[in-house]
Amino acid sequence: MEAIINDIGFIIGTTLMYSTPLMFTSLGGVITERSGVVNIGLEGMMFFGAFVAATVAYYTQNPWLGFLCAGLGGAFLGLLHAIACVSFAAEQIVSGIAINFLGPGLALFLSRLFFDGATQTLTIPNKIPLPLHFLFGEGKLFKSAGFMDLVFNRFATVYLAFLLVLLVWFVLYKTKVGMRVQAVGEHPEAADTLGISVYRIRYGAVIMSGFFAGLGGASMSIAVVSRFSNTLISGHGFIALAAMIFGKWKPQGAMLACLLFGGAKGFEIFLGAKGVPVSSSLLAMLPYILTIIVLVGIVGKTTPPAAIGKIFDKSGK
Amino acid sequence: MTAIDFSQKTVEMINVVKKFGDFVANDGINLTVHKGEVHALLGENGAGKTTLVNCLYGLYHPTAGTIRINGRELNVTDPNVAIQNGIGMVHQHFMLVEPFTVTQNIILGRETTKLMGILDLSAAEKKVAEISERYGLAINPRDKIEDISVGSQQRVEILKALYRGAEILILDEPTAVLTPPEIQELVMIIRNLTQEGKSIIIITHKLHEIKQVADYCTIIRRGKYIDTVEVDTVTEQELASMMVGREVSFAVEKKPQKRGPKILTIDNLVVEDNRGIQALKGLSLELHKGEILGVAGVDGNGQSELIEALTGLRTVRSGKILLHNKEITGALPKQIIDGYNIRTIPEDRQKRGLVLEFDVAENLVLETYHKKPFSWRGVLNHPEIYQYADDSAKEFDIRPANPYLTAKSLSGGNQQKVIIAREVGNDPEVLIASQPTRGLDVGAIEYVHAALVEQRDRGKAVLLVSFELDEVINVSDRIAVIFEGKIVGTMAAEGVDENEIGLMMAGGTS
Repeated sequence: MEAIINDIGFIIGTTLMYSTPLMFTSLGGVITERSGVVNIGLEGMMFFGAFVAATVAYYTQNPWLGFLCAGLGGAFLGLLHAIACVSFAAEQIVSGIAINFLGPGLALFLSRLFFDGATQTLTIPNKIPLPLHFLFGEGKLFKSAGFMDLVFNRFATVYLAFLLVLLVWFVLYKTKVGMRVQAVGEHPEAADTLGISVYRIRYGAVIMSGFFAGLGGASMSIAVVSRFSNTLISGHGFIALAAMIFGKWKPQGAMLACLLFGGAKGFEIFLGAKGVPVSSSLLAMLPYILTIIVLVGIVGKTTPPAAIGKIFDKSGK
Repeated sequence: MTAIDFSQKTVEMINVVKKFGDFVANDGINLTVHKGEVHALLGENGAGKTTLVNCLYGLYHPTAGTIRINGRELNVTDPNVAIQNGIGMVHQHFMLVEPFTVTQNIILGRETTKLMGILDLSAAEKKVAEISERYGLAINPRDKIEDISVGSQQRVEILKALYRGAEILILDEPTAVLTPPEIQELVMIIRNLTQEGKSIIIITHKLHEIKQVADYCTIIRRGKYIDTVEVDTVTEQELASMMVGREVSFAVEKKPQKRGPKILTIDNLVVEDNRGIQALKGLSLELHKGEILGVAGVDGNGQSELIEALTGLRTVRSGKILLHNKEITGALPKQIIDGYNIRTIPEDRQKRGLVLEFDVAENLVLETYHKKPFSWRGVLNHPEIYQYADDSAKEFDIRPANPYLTAKSLSGGNQQKVIIAREVGNDPEVLIASQPTRGLDVGAIEYVHAALVEQRDRGKAVLLVSFELDEVINVSDRIAVIFEGKIVGTMAAEGVDENEIGLMMAGGTS
């Protein structure tokens, strides 16, 4: 009996761990798309963030500094996306695709530079800490490898991700800035006639989305694992994008969708660990197949922000 | 009854010029408005009315000229400056965020907040309710915009301006989207506002509305200032001539009718609307050659569904449509256009009538591009297409006569001419015209009516659907009244009693 409970704990725990990178990135997606700018470059931003986090954490031995710098790295790519899409009215999908090439390209180039020609970083000395260990000491609060320990004794990034969901929800729905972001995403001309700068809001939102995607990458490379490699992100950014859409462009919805996709990953790892005689390659496809099934299932039931993907151009006046 | 205070000039626009490249949209326009005055700006579509008020509201910067607000010269660099100086504008296309509540829309950009930018919506709702009560603009602050009527949405727009302390209110074609009762309500609101000392500038090309609500009227024609008149001293006829620059006849000229044999029969037609509710409940109608049959009725009684059923866009549940006694029920749109030669001037010219991103020539051959001489074995013959477009533009007086312009860039009247050129140019057996003059000015209306009458005089059949009773009575030979998906009466148009039709349209029995 206890074995079964612990198995469930294991699945929940891995679900939380793997949902976290998705949640950060997905929240980034919510912010930018609610302001009306499509950002399919989340994948590239996440990839770059994962690299920056591991590199900084390796050289400074400080995972938190790596975490922050990953955000800044993502924000830098976000800035490029904003310059292209907001100032120069570039097609947002095309710019996003460019970011998806640029992020990994930049990461691998720098990786070869810093790590002796390798396309992966060395193992970092200190991962993001486990706050329960930090606060109460190892094995003090919950029995090691027991249900509670498996579920709650998780990296700080896991807790941060859930806090961030709350924060984004609050800012979006309860503050002046959030209302303006929504207005700009629904009807930029209306916001403009009321003296709100559509450009400024969109710049802010796109840069923030890059920051969050960078954090998502970091929570992969310096928490879930302890190094960056070029196959680490492999589509997580796109799954986060899908989660954002499945979550109906809402932070709370995106969170639930990420937990669902993370759950598929957790289940996959559980089956792998139990030695179920199914090819691991097939198991690894589980989250992606789930993405397709879920997205097909919800077609036609969601309403994206009205001005999404549309170029706002004041210069014609 | 008027509330004008002639000692206070709130708006003075002197010799305002606005150029877009070589095109002069406003060429030395003058406008003076006093406190408590309703001032109408009258002009055809594309005459430069909206450009002028956009200069006043800071959306455009005038090339030359002076703007004075309350006697003080002002450089209106952007809408913020206008708002700070008490100018508010209600745009023709509403600037409302659909998923937001009434309150959120009103306070957007000037939010009431508690600490750290956290919204204080309950305080805002109170304030909105207060203003709405004060000016008699009934709304519920908590309703979402997407759930309320167009009339209510307009009230929200007016409240938005009042919330920002507007003393001068610009209304750009405020009645274009309203139903008649909503228009009456708007008139009352405007009167209330002038009693409170507000100045109103109202843009319109509907003459009877000017007569009803405005004190003064400035007429603009093709960007030029024509005159400012006191509304009580002129007739609608005089206003129309000043606006168009020639005599306009309101009466439709028609030769005596030569009615031919029956061509189109609609028998007991049942059609459902998008929600699956019966919109046509056994509608029957007969159309003869050489006649214009007008379908009169209030919007939403099945007119759209009738047109869509006839044009093959909507499934017929039961009943028959016969052309020359041959059943064509359930035919595909292409069959109806090509095979049966039934052509349509659709209700919404921008959605269904034109591909706005296409140029005029491409729009003109939308139904014939695949035929000779416009294409050969699947390859388009552009010289022929543009030659044809050139000829059509001349014949149908499409302005500017440039087939390379996108349909989007034309005025409403000229867009409609492109559609008429396409539909009539193919010499249809039956022409269906749905709301063909909606949003057009008198000059363009005259043109459309003449085109319909010409078809009739050539022995063709015309089915006219319109919500404007005047139009139906003036243009048609016969009138059928539609009510709740059925024809409730048919009569000759000549000498018809308007009240009687009005009663039937409202579901009363005559």
